[in-house]
Order: sequence, then C-alpha cells, then structure tokens
Amino acid sequence: MTASPPPASPLRAKRVLPGFGLTMGVTLTYVGVIVLLPVVALVLKGAEIGPARFFAILSAPRTLAALQLTLLAAFMATVFNAAYGLLMAWVLVRYDFPGKRILDALMDIPFALPTAVAGLALSALFAGNGWYGALLEPMGFKVVFTIWGVAVAMSFTSIPFVVRAVQPVLEDLDPQYEQAAITLGAHPFTVFRRVIFPAILPAYMVGITLSFARSLGEFGAVVFIAGNLPMKTEIASLLAVIRLEEYDYNGAAAIAMTLLVIALLLLAVSNLAQARALRYKGKTA
Amino acid sequence: MTASAHVTAGALAPRESRLVPRLLIGLALLLTAVFVVVPMVYIFHRAFAAGWSVFAANIAEPGTLHAIWLTALVAVITVPVNVGFGIAAAWALARFRFPGRKALLVLIEIPFSISPIIAGICYLLLYGRQGLLGPWLLAHDVQILFALPGIVLVTMFVTSPFVVREVLPLMEAQGSEQEQAAVTLGASGWQIFRRVTLPNIRWALLYGAVLCGARAVGEFGGVSVVSGSIRGQTNTLPLQIDLLFNDLNIVGAFAAASTLTLIALVVLVLKAVMESRRG
Repeated sequence: MTASPPPASPLRAKRVLPGFGLTMGVTLTYVGVIVLLPVVALVLKGAEIGPARFFAILSAPRTLAALQLTLLAAFMATVFNAAYGLLMAWVLVRYDFPGKRILDALMDIPFALPTAVAGLALSALFAGNGWYGALLEPMGFKVVFTIWGVAVAMSFTSIPFVVRAVQPVLEDLDPQYEQAAITLGAHPFTVFRRVIFPAILPAYMVGITLSFARSLGEFGAVVFIAGNLPMKTEIASLLAVIRLEEYDYNGAAAIAMTLLVIALLLLAVSNLAQARALRYKGKTA
Repeated sequence: MTASAHVTAGALAPRESRLVPRLLIGLALLLTAVFVVVPMVYIFHRAFAAGWSVFAANIAEPGTLHAIWLTALVAVITVPVNVGFGIAAAWALARFRFPGRKALLVLIEIPFSISPIIAGICYLLLYGRQGLLGPWLLAHDVQILFALPGIVLVTMFVTSPFVVREVLPLMEAQGSEQEQAAVTLGASGWQIFRRVTLPNIRWALLYGAVLCGARAVGEFGGVSVVSGSIRGQTNTLPLQIDLLFNDLNIVGAFAAASTLTLIALVVLVLKAVMESRRG
C-alpha cells in the first residue's frame, strides 16, 4: 500500500496536483491537536515525576498486583485467542460447509460490539444465576470476580485479530509446495507443521501481538466482570483512573506512562513482524 | 486463489479421513456459538425477557433517553469532522511524497495502539486543573472536561484513524492519472475533488464513516475518564449502561445495551453490503 513509486512521478504530481498546503495543514493541525498534544501532556507529566518517585509508584504493592494481573490475564486471553483464531482462519479458508459466510461475518462481532455491552453480557452470563455461571459454579469454577473473568473479557474483545491476520495469508498460500510435500509422501500434519505453518508464522505473530496489546489495554469489558477488588482483580488502567479520582495525578501518570510504553513497544514489534510477513510474501510471489 | 486452496484440500482428502475436517468445523462452530453468538443473543434475551412494555419503559427512562440523545450528538459532531480529516490526510498522503511521510502515517494510526482509557488520562492531564492547559482554561472560564467538548475530543482521538484507513489505500491503488488529466483540462482543485476524486472514493468514505460512527457511539473507556459521568448530563449510552449496572438495574442496563447491539448488527450488515459492492 505504501510501496515507493518511481521517483519522477511524485515530483511531477506534486507540481501538477493542487491542495498540498491545505490538506497537509489540516492533517498536521488535527493530528497535532487531537493526538499529539494529549500524549505530550502525559509524557511531560511523567517526566516531571522523576525516576525515584516513578519507581516508587510502580513498585507499590497495589500497582504491582494490578500490573501483574493485567499481564497474566492478557497472556491467558492471548493463548486462547491464538488457538481459537488459528482454528477459525483454517476452517474458514480450507473447508466448505453451509453457513460459512455467516461464520465469517460473526468474527467481526467482537469489534462491532461496544466493549461496555460485551462486558455487561459476559458478566451476566458468567454470574451465578447466568446461563454459563449456573453450569460452571456448581463445578467449583468461578469466573466472575476472578482473573478468569478478566481473561474472558480480554479474550472476547480481541478475538478478530488472529483470525483476520492469518486468513488472507492462508488464502494466498501457493499450493505447489504443499502438493510437492504430499507427492513426496508427507503426512498431512507434517505438511501443516513444515510447510504451511512456517509460511503463516509472521502474520500469525502480528495477530498474536495485536491481540495481546488490545487485551492489555481493554477496559470497558473488564470492569464489568472483574469486580475490581484491589490487589486481586483490579487491572492497571482502572488503578490509573482511581488515582486520578483521588487527585493523585503523579500516580495516574506513572501507571498510564507504563501502559503507553508497553503499547508502543508492542506496536513496534507488530510492525517488525508485519515487515517480515511482507518480505516473506515478496519472496514466494 | 481460494479455488486452488480447495483443490489442495481435495488432494488431501484421500489420505486425511473426513473425520478431521468435520471435527475442526464442529469445534469452530461450537466455540463461536459459546463465545460470540450466545453473548449477543443473551443481550436481547435479558432486554426483552419481561416483555416489550418493560423494555419501552426502560428506554423511555429520562436518564437513558438523555444518554441516547447525547451519544447521537457526539457521533453527529465527530463523524463529519473525521470525514473531513480523513479526506485531507488521504489526499496529502496518497498524492504527494514529502519528508516525514512515514512518520505521519505512524502518527495517524497511533490512536489504534493506545488504549482509549490512556487517551482519556492524557486528555485529563492536558485540560485538567493540574494539567498543561488547565490554569489557562480556568482563567478564561473555558469548560472542556466533564462536559460535551471533552467527550467529543476524546471520541475524535479514538475514532480519528477510521476514515483515513479506508480511503488512503484506495486512493493509492487508483493512482492520480484521472486527477492529473483534470488539471491539464483546466479544472480547479474543488472541481477535481467533487467530480473526480469523490465519486471514486465514495464507498470507502461511507464505509469509513460508518465504522467511525459505530465506534463513536460505543466508546466507553476514554469517555468515562473525561465525562465525569454526571447523571442526566454527561452520561453517554455506554456510561449509562455502567451506571444502571452499578445501580443493579440489570434489565435497564440490558435494554440500553440492546440498542447499541442493534447498531453493531446494522454496521455488520452494511459492511457485508459494501464489501460486495466494492467487489
């Protein structure tokens, strides 16, 4: 999409087509005011705290517990989504069955549904008197107000990432390598492990990274189901909001900064994986 | 491409028994039913369990009605602004090459990587009393936080990439030959946009606007930080759901949630329609 064009034409285009100043001005102003300025405010606030206080805030037991819960629950959600997403991508690309198009469309629901709505539905479903809770709680498995609930909410809201990352790559896969492997007598599972999986791995990693990043940042769905008990089921972003409500701006800024840095690191990782995925595609094409 | 994939599946069939595909399809259907379909059905089940009249009464409750109105207002302001931004950014990025272009692309996509709740905190640290611009705003008696401007600004942050992301790839794929031809024929910038560019991008633009609107209507985390959740004043529909839930008015919460679910379903249908139109 951003392939660099031959150097002559863009220069000519720049001369010929009007509107560069206007559209560039609008774009920079809007991005500057709406996106950049607020982020700068957070970074300035974070820098103002100083490393010692910053570290003290982060190593406070309640902050540590919140960060740990957020990371662990996001990890659990991502493990599930990695397996479920790969299964869905495989089934949607490789098999034909009635209702396939509907199943494909259903994969977009978690993105289309507002997170507060998802949180409400999941918390009611998994509550003791809900459809799922009534089944699970007699078996001694409590989801609501536990880390499982946090993970379920995170998982739901990030379901589409892996599916939508792997699906197009699986569709574009050149069948000749697989056919060669089969002709050479490879078992179908070996074909998947040795031929297909390495080809989809970069895209798979992009999907997994995005899913993990989204889980770390998920708020709406989680606060409904988690119960938000300090030290137990309180996620990091909620703790940042609580600090704000207590007028502890430094505490809020330190936690928010930490989450921002993690998010940007994950963005960098996913961009690297994306670049690798594109390079792979370029090689096989 | 899919056709050749099916050939492969067919080639595998003699060795791989029919059992494996059936098992995998069954598992996929089961998991999707449990994790995606049932939660959505459950929303309508709970909203309408006590009948239509109870549902209508819950929707007509003043707090919920006001939340619906405020949510619509936020979307009506946010979507046109983001459509304008989307067109401007796509034009600048697709039609010109300039230093820092890649950095600008990353910057435009950044709101997708930042959790809305962090965005809300950023806005509070910018416009809040102790924030960067707080003292100035206070001195000039400008209210941004805990009022409509704050809600709109955070919603703009969260939804700003949607239109660009749909329009920019399309404009790049289409190239600028038609527009250059129009310039040669003496068309003005506005004429080129209205007669050449706009007809070419209208479906992507509409699709981006729909996605932007759906997201604006459902935004929770960011708005919850800056709105102050003042009952009957700054509660958007998602915040109203939270409020009703915390008031233990579960049926009311589900009634409010069902309206947002309906919007989500309409968006999905529109998406299917537009994707088939774009071929």
